[in-house]
Amino acid sequence: MADSGLSLVSVSAGYGETVALENVDLDILAGEAVSVIGRNGVGKSTLLMTIMGHTDLHSGSVYVNGKEITAAKPYQRVWNGLGLVPQERVIFPSLTVDENLAVAVRAGPWTSERVYSIFPQLDARRQHLGNQLSGGEQQMLAIGRALVGNPNVLLMDEPSEGLAPVIVEELQSVINLLREESSMTIVLVEQNSRVALEFSERCIVMNRGRIVRDGSSETLRQDQALLERLIGVDSSML
Amino acid sequence: MTPDTKARGYFARRSRLKWWEGLPWVLAVAAFFVLPDYMAFGTQVLITIIFALSLDLVVGFAGVVTLGHAAYFGVGAYTTGMVSAHLGWTEPISALLLAGFVAAIVGFISGAVLLRYHGLTLLMLTLATAICLQEFANVNEDVTGGFDGLTGVGFEPLLGLFEYDLWGHTYYWYSMAVLFLVFVVVRIMVNSPFGMSLIGIRENSARMDAIGTPVYRRLVTVYGVSAGIAGLAGGLFAESNAYVTLDVLSFARSGTILIILILGGVGRLYGAFAGAVAYLVLEDELAKMSPEFWEFGVGLLLVLTVMFARGGLLGIFDRLRKLFDRAAP
Repeated sequence: MADSGLSLVSVSAGYGETVALENVDLDILAGEAVSVIGRNGVGKSTLLMTIMGHTDLHSGSVYVNGKEITAAKPYQRVWNGLGLVPQERVIFPSLTVDENLAVAVRAGPWTSERVYSIFPQLDARRQHLGNQLSGGEQQMLAIGRALVGNPNVLLMDEPSEGLAPVIVEELQSVINLLREESSMTIVLVEQNSRVALEFSERCIVMNRGRIVRDGSSETLRQDQALLERLIGVDSSML
Repeated sequence: MTPDTKARGYFARRSRLKWWEGLPWVLAVAAFFVLPDYMAFGTQVLITIIFALSLDLVVGFAGVVTLGHAAYFGVGAYTTGMVSAHLGWTEPISALLLAGFVAAIVGFISGAVLLRYHGLTLLMLTLATAICLQEFANVNEDVTGGFDGLTGVGFEPLLGLFEYDLWGHTYYWYSMAVLFLVFVVVRIMVNSPFGMSLIGIRENSARMDAIGTPVYRRLVTVYGVSAGIAGLAGGLFAESNAYVTLDVLSFARSGTILIILILGGVGRLYGAFAGAVAYLVLEDELAKMSPEFWEFGVGLLLVLTVMFARGGLLGIFDRLRKLFDRAAP
C-alpha cells in the first residue's frame, strides 16, 4: 500500500441500518485521477461520504496514503489529507468569498491567491457574500475552499450539477488542469458521463452500492452496449 | 510570501480598528462627567454589556442558542460573594478573577455535556442547568443565604486606593476597565482564525467538520470562555451591590440578556453595547412613567425590533449606510 493514495477494503456502509454501499474494494494510486459514474441512487455520493466519515460504516477499512482512517472523525480525516467538494456546493452564505477561503486555509502550496489565479471570476468578487454569487461561482468557491485545505486526496461530488453548459466547460478545464499539474489524487463523481469519461483514464461504474466495472474510460466510451447497460447512456451522445 | 503570512495579513486587515469604534468609549467617559449622579445606574449598564458580550460569543458567533446563561453570571456572583462573606477574601480584583475562573470551569464542564446536543434539546438543557443551579443555591442556604440572599459581602478599596462612594463613581471606572479588557479579548478572538471558524460553525457545522475543524472542541472552548466572561460580570455585580440573591441565576435574567442582545444586534460585538444601553434606559424611564406597565413598553419595543429591524438597532445603521452608499454618486 506504499504508493496508495486511497484504499477501501471490503467496505460496507450506509445510513443507520440501511446498506447503501456493499463490500466495496478500491485502490487508487497516489496522484491518480479516477472518475465514478452510475445511475442516480447507486451509491456514488455515499462512496465519497463514507470516505469522509459521514455515513455509518458497517464493516471494512479506509486508508489514505497508507494510513488507516477508518475510526477517524471527519475533521481528523481532513487532517490526514482528505478534501471534499460537496454536492450542491454548500458554501457559507453570509461570509465573503475571502472569508469562505480563509476559514478553510491549511498550510501548503494552495493559497487563496493561487485559487484566485485559476478562478479570476472569484478574484473580482472577493468581498461579495457567498449568497450573492452565481451557481458557477459558488461551485468555483467550493472547489477553491477544498484546495486551500491542501489535500492529498481531493473528492469532488458532481461539480457540474445544475450548471449551464458553458460554465461546465469552464470548470472542466480547471479540473483537468488540476489533474495534469498537481500531484493530488482526485476522485470525481459525476452524473455527466461525458465530463467523467474525459476527465480520467480510469473510470469506475457503480450499481446498487457495488463497483461493477473498474477500467479504461476510453474502452467504456467506445462500448455503447456496455455503457447503455451500465448507466443507460447512449455513447453516441458523449 | 508564505501562506501563513498571507493568512496573518488577512486577519490583520479584518481586525483593523475603524474610526467609529472609539465612540462608545468616548460616550462612556462623557457620561461620567455629564451624568455624575447616575453612575450606579451606569455601572449596571456596563456590567450588562459585559454579560451581553459573553452571550454574543456563543449565540452571535458560534450559533449556540441558550436560555440559561445566567447560570454562569450567578456562579460568578456567588463565588465573589461567598469568598467575601465566608472567607474574608475582600481584595476586589482577585475575587473578581476567581469569579471568572470558577464560572469558566463550570462552563467548560457543563458545555462538554450540553454541546453534545442541538436545537430544542440544547435549549431546554441550558434552561434546566440554570434552574438546577438556582435550586442548588436555594437549598444550600447555609452557604448561599438561600431565598433571603447572601449578606456580609464587602470589599477593600480598589487597589487599596479608591474608596467606594454612594454614587458608584469608583465602580463605574472599575467596571469600565473590566469591560475594556474583556472587549479587547473578545474582539481579538472573533477576528482571529478561531473566531472565523466559529462563524463557519454557526453557518454550517457539518461543512466545517468536513473542512477539518474540530467543531465540538471549538464550541466547548468558546462556551467556557463565554461562561468565564459571564462570571466576571456576575462578580462585578456582586461587588457593586454587596449583596447576592437567587435572582442572579433566574430564567428572567437569562431571557433578559438574550432580549438585550437581539435588541442591539446579534453577532456584532457592539450590539451588546447598543442593546444594554437602550434596554436599561428604556426600562428605567418606563418604570418611572408607569411602575405597573413598564414591561409592556419593553415588550412592544422587542416586537417592533423583530418585525421591522432585523439585525437589531445596529442593523438599522447598516441599512442607512447602504442607502447612503447607493445614493452616493
